[in-house]
Amino acid sequence: MAAIIELRGASKTFDDTPALHPTDLTFERSRTTALIGPSGCGKSTLLRLIVGLLSPSAGDVLFEGERLSDDNLLQIRRRMGYVIQDGGLFPHLSARQNVMLMPNHLHLDSAEMKQRLGELCELTHLPEDALERYPVELSGGQRQRVSLMRALMLKPDVLLLDEPLAALDPLVRTSLQTQLKEIFQRLRQTVIMVTHDMAEAAYLADTIVLLDSGRIVQSGSFQDLRERPAAPFVSEFISAQRALVQI
Amino acid sequence: MIRLLLLTALLVLSCELHAAQTVVVGSKKFTESYVLAEIAKRKLTQSGFDVVHKQGMGGTIILWQAIKGGDIDFYPEYTGTIVEEILKSRAKLTSADMRRELRRFKIGMTEELGFNNTYALVMRREQAKKLGIESISDLRKHPDLQVGLTHEFLNRQDGWGPLSRRYNLHMANVRGVEHTIGYSALANGSLDVKDAYSTDAKIAEYNLIVLKDDLGFFPQYKAVFLYRLSAPEKAIQTVESLSGTISEEKMIQLNAEAERTKNYARAAGLYFAGDHTGNVADLQPSVASQIGHWTLQHLRLVGISLILAVIAGIPLGIAASRPGPLSQTILGVTGVVQTIPSLALLAVLVPLMGIKPQTAILALFLYSLLPIVRNTASGLQDIPTPLRESASALGLEPLACLRKVLLPMASRSILAGIKTSAVINVGTATLAALIGAGGLGTPIISGLDLADAGLIMQGALPAAALALIVQWAFDFCDRYLIPKGLRLQRAI
Ligand SMILES: Nc1ncnc2c1ncn2[C@@H]1O[C@H](COP(=O)(O)OP(=O)(O)OP(=O)(O)O)[C@@H](O)[C@H]1O
Ligand SMILES: [Mg+2]
Repeated sequence: MAAIIELRGASKTFDDTPALHPTDLTFERSRTTALIGPSGCGKSTLLRLIVGLLSPSAGDVLFEGERLSDDNLLQIRRRMGYVIQDGGLFPHLSARQNVMLMPNHLHLDSAEMKQRLGELCELTHLPEDALERYPVELSGGQRQRVSLMRALMLKPDVLLLDEPLAALDPLVRTSLQTQLKEIFQRLRQTVIMVTHDMAEAAYLADTIVLLDSGRIVQSGSFQDLRERPAAPFVSEFISAQRALVQI
Repeated sequence: MIRLLLLTALLVLSCELHAAQTVVVGSKKFTESYVLAEIAKRKLTQSGFDVVHKQGMGGTIILWQAIKGGDIDFYPEYTGTIVEEILKSRAKLTSADMRRELRRFKIGMTEELGFNNTYALVMRREQAKKLGIESISDLRKHPDLQVGLTHEFLNRQDGWGPLSRRYNLHMANVRGVEHTIGYSALANGSLDVKDAYSTDAKIAEYNLIVLKDDLGFFPQYKAVFLYRLSAPEKAIQTVESLSGTISEEKMIQLNAEAERTKNYARAAGLYFAGDHTGNVADLQPSVASQIGHWTLQHLRLVGISLILAVIAGIPLGIAASRPGPLSQTILGVTGVVQTIPSLALLAVLVPLMGIKPQTAILALFLYSLLPIVRNTASGLQDIPTPLRESASALGLEPLACLRKVLLPMASRSILAGIKTSAVINVGTATLAALIGAGGLGTPIISGLDLADAGLIMQGALPAAALALIVQWAFDFCDRYLIPKGLRLQRAI
């Protein structure tokens, strides 16, 4: 199976402080990868390198074997969907306008897009009338649903999520987790998501990449991490997350 | 939206250019100059010319630059001023000398119009008659008369000191008194002799007489018209035909009429109508239509300069929103422009561009830039990083991203900047009248010259009202120009 995204010795340094040490990492098609680790370990930095919001201090980021560059960046971004913690919806546009921004900009067939909009509403469980509302008039969960619709509208090759559920209350979060899993499976979507919740990662992801201080500590299935920890930090991280459940 | 603004700007500018083939008469910033220019305007209009009168453009230097530079074709001047301030000659020049010198600047001079506007000493007519005083020499017999002189005249090189030596006067009571107050003092008898200009309207008003300068002490300030030699021949002949037709008495009368009615066209009408003032009344525009006219001129100045400032300011603000040396340069330069006093800015621009509305518009444009540039830049910078990144991640081209996402999100701040500019602009535009560009400053400046509070109010009140209306109109427009989503955000 060919890798869709590949990091080759990619690193990022901010004013002499490394946020991400040189990293090799590949992402397979139709798989869900979770980037996890303590706050400040470089998860978002890694994701930003993939979207080209940051360019690597050294090394390369490849999309379908092609280096990200100024020439191909726009085209590649259109094949990615990017969702952040608070949704990143533009406040001056209604939910519908947010979702339709790119299709309209690219003059895509409107009948087809209308149909796609309907499908996505159903997929994300967003009531259609919520589409006419502005971001401030939506609940946090609804905002994330709309943001997900915006990201999925152009049928992206890869979906990039940066802690998409972190700001939601536990009930909404759990139901969205279930729905996300369903969506990923139905669309056979390639997903890279950042989370700091091990249970969420274990539930949604095929592969978990655990980072600490800008380095990958271990990468594998939840089983691998739990049963064959590569370092004491792995077990510590997992048990720290379990502590809550045991109370 | 931007296309609409451009179109409007072009339309207004093209109206601006339309007046090209006309004769332009300029005037200095005082009543007599206004009236003489109005007389020339009337005369030229009768000869079939399309005439523009640029009122009260300033002092000698500005008018001289303007006629040399071709901004105006005619303006009234005085021989003494031509010799001393324009030709800067210390020698006594004959008319022929003056014409020869002026010709080097491609400027011509008409024959004398018929009156001399120089310093003079004045007295109440009946008192002078009673004491038998007709000339300055006669004052020698009455050393105890109360003399009140302006401070300027008291201290001038060609003022009181040399005059009293020349006439051998030994007046016992000489005081410095402010000009306007001096006239009241003269009228109520606390003063007997005072300095004046020989064509001062007050001379008629207070029934004074001008004492004859029998020893020829005062310099000659004979009124003439200066003209561009390249002006149409027929126009020059028309203005030339005014020479020898305006006596001192006539000019005093015209000045008095102008100061009484605050209407220079009407006063000029008196010249054509003999002593019948009635039949020119219909030429006098009503106060309301005058104010309307000034307001329109004002709105045009503000409108054009503001539209240009928006067109230039938003791109500059976008450039300034990105960190780096360019941003600092843009904000620095527009900031410095803002701190130049408006009079100084006009003074710098006039020699470069001449006396025309475009000069005022350029100055106003420069003043309007800073708030728009700064608010555009800060509006864009204030967009939270997550939103900015979400916008970039969409894969929109940079321009489309600005237009569809970033600028709308900054619209509240940008509009606030435009509003600030507009309100400041309405106030600053009153200064345009200083360089003859019209607007509501016209009555304010005339009013200041004539110490006429009513006239000042005719400009000041509409200008203040205009500023309020502009503010209110922008608040109203916010509702339509700021996207609904952003307004809801503010409300919550
Ligand atoms: N623009 C930036 N300039 C300077 N330092 C930065 C910048 N962005 C991130 N960093 C630093 O890089 C490191 C990694 O940051 P990153 O945002 O990738 O962490 P993270 O793993 O996403 O953390 P969190 O879970 O809190 O979101 C942190 O120490 C952070 O302070
Ligand atoms: Mg992060």
